Amino acid sequence: MRTSECDLVIVGVGGQGVILISDVIGRAAVLAGKPVCGAETHGMAQRGGSVINHTRIGCRFSPMVASGGADVLVALEPAEALRFAQFLSPTGVALVNTRAVLPSTVTSGKAEYPSLPEILTPLRAHSRKVFAMDATALAEMAGSAQAMNVVMLGALSGYIPLSEDLILQALSLVVPPRFLEANKKAFALGKAEVE
Amino acid sequence: MREYLLGNAAIARGLLEAGVGLVAGYPGTPSSEIIETVASIKTKMPMHVEWSVNEKVALEVAAGASWTGRRAAATMKHVGLNVAADPFMTLAYLGVGAGLVVICADDPYCHSSQNEQDSRRYAQFAGIPCLDPKNPQEAKEMTVFAFEFSEKFNIPVMLRPTTRVSHAREDVQVGAVAAPGKQGRFIKDPARRVALPSHARPLHSELLAKQAAMEEALESAPWNRLQLHGDVGIIASGIAGLYAEEAALELDEDLSLLCIGSYPLPKRLISRMLEHVSKVIVIEELEPVVEEQVQMIAREINPSVKILGKAQSIPREGELDYLQVRNAIARMIGRPEREALQCPAVSILPPRPPSLCAGCSHRATYYAMRKVFGKKAIYPSDIGCYTMAVGMGTVDTCLCMGASITLASGIRFGGEEEGICCSLGDSTFLHGGMTGLLNAAYNKAKITVTILDNSTTAMTGHQPHPGTGMTATGEKTTMVSIEALAKALGAGLVETVDPYNLDETMESFQRAKDYSGLSVIIAKQPCVIKARRSGLRPQSFLVGEECIGCKICLDFGCPAIEFENDKARINALCSGCGVCAAICSSSAIREVAK
Repeated sequence: MRTSECDLVIVGVGGQGVILISDVIGRAAVLAGKPVCGAETHGMAQRGGSVINHTRIGCRFSPMVASGGADVLVALEPAEALRFAQFLSPTGVALVNTRAVLPSTVTSGKAEYPSLPEILTPLRAHSRKVFAMDATALAEMAGSAQAMNVVMLGALSGYIPLSEDLILQALSLVVPPRFLEANKKAFALGKAEVE
Repeated sequence: MREYLLGNAAIARGLLEAGVGLVAGYPGTPSSEIIETVASIKTKMPMHVEWSVNEKVALEVAAGASWTGRRAAATMKHVGLNVAADPFMTLAYLGVGAGLVVICADDPYCHSSQNEQDSRRYAQFAGIPCLDPKNPQEAKEMTVFAFEFSEKFNIPVMLRPTTRVSHAREDVQVGAVAAPGKQGRFIKDPARRVALPSHARPLHSELLAKQAAMEEALESAPWNRLQLHGDVGIIASGIAGLYAEEAALELDEDLSLLCIGSYPLPKRLISRMLEHVSKVIVIEELEPVVEEQVQMIAREINPSVKILGKAQSIPREGELDYLQVRNAIARMIGRPEREALQCPAVSILPPRPPSLCAGCSHRATYYAMRKVFGKKAIYPSDIGCYTMAVGMGTVDTCLCMGASITLASGIRFGGEEEGICCSLGDSTFLHGGMTGLLNAAYNKAKITVTILDNSTTAMTGHQPHPGTGMTATGEKTTMVSIEALAKALGAGLVETVDPYNLDETMESFQRAKDYSGLSVIIAKQPCVIKARRSGLRPQSFLVGEECIGCKICLDFGCPAIEFENDKARINALCSGCGVCAAICSSSAIREVAK
């Protein structure tokens, strides 16, 4: 029996804005009158480390998505998509920003960063559908590279049981007014990318 | 009204709804956002919010306020309670004025901690009731309840969220904020405020006597919920209750379920469960606190009931997750387990450990320290961002707040003859290092103490402290001089250096190393994250054609330095500290032209 309407796992690197995505979704769910819960990474893991956020829409249980339970995996960074792929259901969808952020283990020459096909091929074998996009470039087109997370939110918007109106309303509660236009543009570009 | 709140923000909301008059705490993941949230809500309420110097101080300040008749709370992480254990244990005897709540956030799995101790044991040890929320909503409700309970039974109450509650988010039903009580007054009552032996003995009897009454009152608390169905049962505490409820629904089995959220445990509810079932599993994170009681009660009530727990399927370490709980229940009822999915290709991924930021002055300080003291020297370190520099060879120990100085002293007195240079942050020094420095001076420890002064409590999210001249609410206050403190505590040589100036820093370390007594080096440079937020954007650096690919700069370990086609390259993370330019063997690194 399903215990949650829609389970999301949002991953990336500290500083990329993972929490903003879940915050917008959570607020939109509240506006929609749906129960919602989530779990986020603070502290030690944020210092340039991997960050994972669980968000469960229409759920009254624990905030953690089980292994193999996520309907959507949103990855703001390609290696992180693969690192947390075990959370994604085989029938789920992965939305992946293809712009790599090299970890210090790579920049210092202690480890190698795999090529994009090396990341996407196992991911495609693991799940039903994988959308890969250069969300960072789309955000730049929208006028702010910082809005990469909002591009990914736009791409995600069609896969969650919340209306676009409510998501945009929630976005305007979270983003400072002067950045709202660029963010709305970023949202639309992300949404168009998966349509 | 419902709001999507972080667990800690929900607790903060609970404090305000309870009309709290004072909140004091020391930052520590996962507890820090409670005070940050309370401090950020600019109410016209006459209340006092403070970052205290440490957790012992916080609890004592809160106790003092409670004794004037104002509701008060102290916040800390689990290991902070070790620091506050002294007042905690005796406050159980002395009792409260208005409600006193100790909020102690546990960290199963050590997400951001040096251990994963279970604070429910502390509550049991002290005879203090403990509330163990399963989610942010319950955490908020328990916060309000804790004050009422504290006042009813004249005892401090512990609220014990875990990381997955404090850092969960949920749509939380919020209520009205209450005004704090009127201005407090201390009422003299030596028999209840002065813990002389002659007073402590009867107070201890009183504490023991009220245990049964507290237990009785908690039986009917809303977070202890018993649902009797089939003859197989689950007893689960805190967040494990949510995993268990979800698993029972997913497995679609008619299981009896007792969710527990308070201690002393509801013995009558447990008895009813044990009378009803033939087999029961106890699911809780960390210590078998519930399980031990269940075993004891079963001996009286139903010795034939089969009890599963830590010995069979519930680990005593780390945090639980849904699959672990689901599979433990599935095994008990003979249903198939569900394996966690694995993605085999994960092994091709480079590790992404947290690390010191590009331009972090701690890296520069450690570089200079190691250059001067050498490979053989002993480097006790401490709790903070800088512990992440363990790979630089300058972090030989990390025990607890402030222990770098005292361990260094003990290592010297134990007979170690190599150089000993310990290090700790400014906030850590003020929290628990000052007494150690005084002790080192008094007992003539020949060591060097390095205070990595980035003028904030960085690791936990940049909270102010007495060295910053700013209070928790952003008011200006006395800015304590760490240099003057170090001198006053008895250090013979005290020097303040700019760690971005490598030559000057190495010269200082050399003088400290050669000094015949206790020396203190204060390496002062603001945290780069904080500097950037305040608008500081120094010119970044680049690597010129002169680079010979020697990798000296790469070994420095700054994430802004990359290596490509046999040459170093500086990426966009550069914060312009310029230290790499100073260590470059071929003078190839220079500032980007303006």
